[in-house]
Amino acid sequence: MPIVFREPGLDPLRELEQLQRRVDRLLQNAFGSERLPWRGGVYPLLNISEDRDHMYVRAELPGVKAEDLEITIQDNNLILRGERKIATEEKQVNYHRRERESGFFRRVLALPARIQPDKVEATCKDGILTLKLAKPEEVKPRQIQVKVG
Amino acid sequence: MTEQELQVKAKEEAPAKAERVRPGRVFLPAVDIFETPEVLVLVADMPGVAANKVTVDLKDNHLVISGEVAPPFGPGETMLKAEYFTGDFQRDFQLGSMVDQAKIEATMKDGVLRLVLPKVEKAKPRKIEVKTA
Repeated sequence: MPIVFREPGLDPLRELEQLQRRVDRLLQNAFGSERLPWRGGVYPLLNISEDRDHMYVRAELPGVKAEDLEITIQDNNLILRGERKIATEEKQVNYHRRERESGFFRRVLALPARIQPDKVEATCKDGILTLKLAKPEEVKPRQIQVKVG
Repeated sequence: MTEQELQVKAKEEAPAKAERVRPGRVFLPAVDIFETPEVLVLVADMPGVAANKVTVDLKDNHLVISGEVAPPFGPGETMLKAEYFTGDFQRDFQLGSMVDQAKIEATMKDGVLRLVLPKVEKAKPRKIEVKTA
């Protein structure tokens, strides 16, 4: 008789994912509340932060030139495309280690809040791309005065 | 062409060797190392490290590269979503061939460190002149 491990309607991948999440939670409880680094994901990984007037999206892109980057904003989605090129050495060289990778990337990020698409600044410094996105007036936090009645 | 899509690679944390004074994490930079008959070249990815924050230390055959990262976000910013960790970079290497310390060249561009280490000409016979005092 064949042994059936899979029950009908059960997705083994989803089961595995759930197990992974459960283990993650266990580890988190055991080693403090710090969040574990992102698993999987799409290159490049992004860090998003905000202050009162702006939202900032940052990515580590060492060795990526500004002209090899294409940034588009469409329907409050940020589309980041580019290519990381690693120059091939001209001479005959012997490699000891090759850990750095080259290739193209494309990432779409749904922005967590509305921004003004015409007020986006992008800078690339020391291999870090920073996008500064201006928030529209109605999204900015407003302090509410309490009147004494 | 080798058109390939870049995959996310988690940053590997450096093993703790000594107590650090600077708080925060330390990561191992991804490196390429290659050799020609004359030089040894090391290329390391250290995003967020400015040129003046890189230290290259060579003692005998023990090479240490390290870099301090700039603060990952500005003052008054709150994190909404963090997918990667930031921290300093450090990595040790044991060099196989002797390197001419005086001729090491280091360049830092767009978060990539490139070290060119010229090898000492060992094979060349050296003639030592004896001076008469």
